[in-house]
Formats: sequence, C-alpha cells, structure tokens
Amino acid sequence: MLGWELPPHNSGGLGVACLNMARALSREGADIKFIVPYTAEHPDIDFMQVIPATNLDPIYRYGGGSYESMRLLEKIIPTADKEQTLSIRDVQKTYCDFIETHLMKFKPEVIHAHDWLTYEAGILAKQKYNAPLIAHVHATEYDRAGMHTGNPLIHEIEYEGLMMANQIIAVSESTKRIIHEKYHIPLNKIKVVYNSLDENYEKSNYTFNDSTYGYLTKLKSEGWTIISTVGRFTVQKGLHNFMHAAALAVSKEPKLMFVFAGDGEERNELISLAADLGIAKNVIFTGFIRGKRLRDIYSISDIFVMSSISEPFGLTALEAAHHGDALILTKQSGVSEVIWSAMTYDFWDQEKLANEIVAIAKNDALRDSLQQNVKNEYRKISWKQVAKKCMKIYNNTIKHKRY
Amino acid sequence: MRAICLYLHIHQPLRYREYSIFDVGVDSNYFHDQYNGRQSNERIFRKVADKSYYPMLNLLLDNMKIRPGFKVSFSITGTWLEQAEKWGPELIDIIREMVSRGQAEIVDETYYHSLAYFYNLDEFTAQVKMHSEKIQQLFGVTPKVFRNTEFAYNDSLAKWAEDHGYEGILAEGWDKVLGWRSSNHVYRPTGCQNIKLLLKNYRLSDDIAFRFSNRSWGEWPLTVPKYQNWLDMDSLRGNLINLFMDFETFGEHQWKDTGIFDFMNTLISSWLSVYENKFVTVSEACNLEPPVDEISMPETVTWADTERDLSAWLSNSMQNSAMQNLYDMRDQVLATNDLGLISDWRNMTTSDHPYSMCTKYWNDGDVHAYFSAYASPYESFMYYMNVLRDIEYRIKNNPL
Repeated sequence: MLGWELPPHNSGGLGVACLNMARALSREGADIKFIVPYTAEHPDIDFMQVIPATNLDPIYRYGGGSYESMRLLEKIIPTADKEQTLSIRDVQKTYCDFIETHLMKFKPEVIHAHDWLTYEAGILAKQKYNAPLIAHVHATEYDRAGMHTGNPLIHEIEYEGLMMANQIIAVSESTKRIIHEKYHIPLNKIKVVYNSLDENYEKSNYTFNDSTYGYLTKLKSEGWTIISTVGRFTVQKGLHNFMHAAALAVSKEPKLMFVFAGDGEERNELISLAADLGIAKNVIFTGFIRGKRLRDIYSISDIFVMSSISEPFGLTALEAAHHGDALILTKQSGVSEVIWSAMTYDFWDQEKLANEIVAIAKNDALRDSLQQNVKNEYRKISWKQVAKKCMKIYNNTIKHKRY
Repeated sequence: MRAICLYLHIHQPLRYREYSIFDVGVDSNYFHDQYNGRQSNERIFRKVADKSYYPMLNLLLDNMKIRPGFKVSFSITGTWLEQAEKWGPELIDIIREMVSRGQAEIVDETYYHSLAYFYNLDEFTAQVKMHSEKIQQLFGVTPKVFRNTEFAYNDSLAKWAEDHGYEGILAEGWDKVLGWRSSNHVYRPTGCQNIKLLLKNYRLSDDIAFRFSNRSWGEWPLTVPKYQNWLDMDSLRGNLINLFMDFETFGEHQWKDTGIFDFMNTLISSWLSVYENKFVTVSEACNLEPPVDEISMPETVTWADTERDLSAWLSNSMQNSAMQNLYDMRDQVLATNDLGLISDWRNMTTSDHPYSMCTKYWNDGDVHAYFSAYASPYESFMYYMNVLRDIEYRIKNNPL
C-alpha cells in the first residue's frame, strides 16, 4: 500500500481512512506493507509493516518553507541545487526512487495507491514488477479546488494514474462521477467503496466535559442553538455560502451561535465577512482543534453543517453523528449518499440552509428525530465491509491482471 | 348467489409547497407550487388523470353501459373534487353519469381526508358534513355508508356512525381481529344495533392492488381464469367478496403496460358470465344478509402496512407535534371567520401530510419514500411547520 500519512502523523482524513482500511484488511487476511514518505514511530500499528521511503521528518512530507529547505534538501538529495526550496515534488521523487529500488524485496501481489501523491510511484511499480495497480481516490484536484480547475500538474498526475490503474476505487458515487466526467475514465473501471468512522474514535473512553466551553454551555441553557462546522477553511468547504446563510438564519431566529472550528487560508476573509454581515456576535472561530477539544465541540453542538461545494466523502459528518448532532449536508457530499436521516441542500442554496437551521432550532421534534435517527444509522457502514469489498476487488484484479 | 363489492377510493391531497421561513408573514400561498415544481398539485393531478382517472373511469362506464349488473362504489374526497373542478371537470361528469344510472354509489368520509376523529370530534363531524353536502351538490345523492380516512376504524367510530344515521361502515378485514372468521360476510360492530360492518378481503384486494405486476411474486403473471378461480374458492367461505382499493391502482400504481386495464375489463365480463354472480354497491352489500356475528375492534385498525395501525401517520415526534400544533389552533382559526384562512387550515389536516413525515422505513427507501412529494420526512415537517407559523401570524393580524 502506498500512502502519504498515517496517524498520529496525519493532517486530515486521509491518514485515518488509510489506517482503518489497512487494519480491517489485515483482519481479512491481507499482508500489508505500508510505505510512507517519512521516518517516524507508529506506536499503535502492529498489524502491518510501515516502511519509510525517506529519512525526512513527517512534518515535511508536503514540502517545507524556505528557511529549513536547504538543510532538508541536503538530507534527502545531497546533490540538489542549494538555491531551491524543498517541494512536495522532491519528496515524491525520492519516494519513487525508493519504490523503484526496494519494492521487489516485498514481492507485492497488488499495489494499492492512495491519491495523486503516490500515483507516480504506483505506475512505476506496475511497469517494473507487473503487479496490478489499484488507484484509490479520496479526493481529486477538482474537489480540492472547489470545482475550479486547480493545479494542472496535479491533474496530469491524477489523469495518468487513473489511466494506468487496473481498477479505481472511489469513496462515493459523486467522486465516481467526477472521475468519469472530468478524467474520462469508463464507469466500469470504477468501484465505489464508502468510508466509515474511525474505530478508535468509537472505542476510546471519551466523556463530555461541559467546562471546556463554558460560554457555550451557558448560552445553551438560555435557549440558544449551537451550530458547528469542522474542517479546513478552504474554497472546497463552501464556508462563504454558509456564512451568508447564517446571517439569513439569524434574521429569523437571533438565538443562534455558529462555531467555525478549524483553520485555513480563508480564515481572515470569513472573520471580516461575519462582521460585514453584522453577525460577528453570533460567530465563534476556535482555530485549529483536535482530540478532546474537537469532540467537545461536537458534543455541545445541536447541529453540524457540512457546507462543502464538493466533498468526496466527509468523515466529520459521521463523527458529529456519533456525538448526536443533527446533520445538515450538501447534496454534493459523498456522505449524503449513505446517510438518510439528515437534512440536505445544494451548496449554493443559502436560503434553504437558513431555513433548515431555523427549522431545527425552532422545532424540538425535528431536532430530536434527526439526532436520534442518525445515531442509529451511521453505524451501518463498517470498515469490515470496506475491507471485504477491497479484497474482492484485489482478487478480481489479480485474476485479470493482463488487462 | 355470489357478489363482488368493488369499492375504489379516489383522493389527491393538496400538497403544500417548499414553504420557506422567509415566506412566513410575507406570502401566504402554501399550495401553489410552480407548474414544474415537485409539489405542483396541478401537474400531478393532470398526470394521474391521464394515466389513471380518465382511462379507468371510461372503462368502468363502458362496462356499465353494456352490463347493467355491473356496479361500483366510490369514496371521493373533497380535496380531489376541488382539484377536479379546476383541472378535470369531465371526470366529475363521468362519475355523475354513473351515479344517475344507478350503477355507482358514493361513500361518505371527511372532506379533507383527515384524521380529525382522533384529535377533535367537532372538527371531524364538521368535515364529514361538508363532504356530505358536497356530494349532494355535485351528484344529487346523500351517502348512506361511511368510511374513515385510511380505514382507521374502532368501535367508538362505529357507534358515532350509527348515531349519525349511516347504514354501513367499512373497515379492514385484518386476521388478528377476525381470527377464523371470514371477511366475506356482513357483521355488526360491537355496541351497535343497526349499522352493518363490511370488511376488506385484503388478500384478494392486494393481489390486484399491490402484487399484480410484481415479477418476483410466485403467481405472476396473474390471469383472469386464475384469479376467478381464487374468487370461486374464497366464496366458499362467504358469498360477499369485498375488493377495496385505491382507484389509482389502475394506471398509476400498476401501469397500463402491466395489462391491468385488460385484466379488469376481462374480469368484469368473465365474472358476470356466470349466472349466479353479481356486483353489488356497498349499501346493497349491507343488505345482502343479516349480520352473522359481532366484531369488536377496541383498538384502531387501518389498512396500512403490516402493522395495520396508525403508526405511519402518527408515531414519531414530528408527526405528533405537527398534528398537536395544528389542532390546537382550531378555535382561533374558526373565530376569525376568514373563509380563506379556515380552508387553508383545513387543507393542512389531510393525512398525507403526516404520512410524508414518516420515518418508519425511511432508511430503507421503501414505499413511503416512493410516494412522498418531499425530499425527506424532515423537510416535509420543516415546510409544514412554516405554514402553521404563517397561519398563526394571520390569526394574530386578523382585522376582527
């Protein structure tokens, strides 16, 4: 398996999904070597071998700034031009070199590559060792760029990887559609395998502590409704529309508090937008949070909104469901294909989102129904099923390797 | 003598559109979605009229003209009649012709197809009276047999119907109530003296209404000789076979290309070709024989789902709170004397509305989801409550 990150050295959902999938696969009898582009300890992983492809520290796997770059470059490419900064392309190149020289030691039957980061290495391995390549699409560049064009180089790599792959796994029907429409891959080459909630997430003995956000607890007791969203503040997440909808909703129901948990390049814009719309008092920015503080946000919220313009899957929605939030999802999110006990809207439809927020805030019956029903529902997708589907795809691909 | 009592239920709700919180207090148009909208009553009515109402009513009338012994009973809701007056007045003319030929009987029910009986008896009585008057006005007859919305029936309802002078009342012939007894007889409800109880033969009714086109059904394809053989066998248990179903079974639930119209056409002539067979209307059925036994249903029984209870309409908290809020407003609404407001409020009592908020099988995407005009039960509830808010606003701002 070729991946770019594994917990605890992850920045988002990709690492979590890879870990859970690998764990479930090993339970189904798969022997996995997971190759990562950095050197670090993974204390919780004992079911597979994690193999470092470079001797970099994990924080530089997406490249580094100009300050530390020279030092780093020397570390991995001693002959490099000293004026250059370390970019993600350099890390990828080293990753490929490692695959080219060392992969055969492990004699893989199938190569499973996660996202564009590892597609080049995957293609290389396929060519060199004649093992079938499975390209797993967690997100495309179109998703990340909010359905705008994005980075042409990344498109090129994605296109090449998708073309060369024997089979493609997409995390939702909407991702499958994007792969078909934007990259012109025949539909029968793409299988949909939905993600599930992190196993550790459910198991860990978390208890909600309302003192973490005392202010919000106080507001709630005064009849306010807490609405949260969690994620990177990037164009993909559609937060501008959400903010406009928040202002519309507040005009009908003033006791609404919106919590934007996360960070990203749009943060300052969003803060000033909230002020421009006159709802600065109704919006809280928490900054980047994780772990218990993140869970406390889910726990204290009544409503969780996923406002993404395009969201291949949307794991945070399952996390919020686990903590009993009522969900409002854009129809453009993969998770809305499998979760029925949720309100949905089109990402541009600010008025409908406002409507849904006000309706849930004003009607206890609606809020309770949504919260109860989704809690019973989100468990229906499990990693065991994910692994079973992957195994089936592996076996079919091995059988028809020549094609 | 063996008799089929064919009874068809004709109904369309007046669907509320996706009524936004931003419309409340601004625009009180609840029921007129744009023509291509998901909740466009006109579009849906015209579609069903073409697929089902026109072809089936014409089929029935043609048969009546050739075969004087062929008779049908209808229950027609006020909400359907109002829409037909606007978008298909010829449909009413066809039914009127059948009635005047003496080959069709109209059954009474609530004007708005509501579950008012379970919330407010005054409202229920008022809606039944409205319906009875509407039928008199359009068809010149006064109904003598009663059915409640969704066949929701219990002993106290039977008593109510008797007290209001009905000869008969219709209900589901559910096994749990009947036990070894057959639905093919006339019964008397417990606690009543004169009124007759007719029970739906749900197996033979559902063979046509639900299973007819189901290819995974062991008996598919259903042919007339096969079905008539079942009718013959079943009439050994009693001479009266009550086939009660939705009118839209013909053409809408079972599409034309399943052969449902040909099946019905052939069945009518084939059944009547045997000298001892006939068709009866509901009030004729009531007088077919003296009641053979007394039937008691202390708990409410309906004709829906495997549970045969009200849970599809009134079980989850959204449905309960929607209905409670609605009926709590009644006195204030009536006090305004604003006829437009009263009619809007009454249109919100239609049982299809809480049905579209049913979450019972929602996750499985079954029949409830298929028949819903809304994207989800949650959205349906949201728009419903927005409408109630606007009604509340209108009450407060009424000039009186």
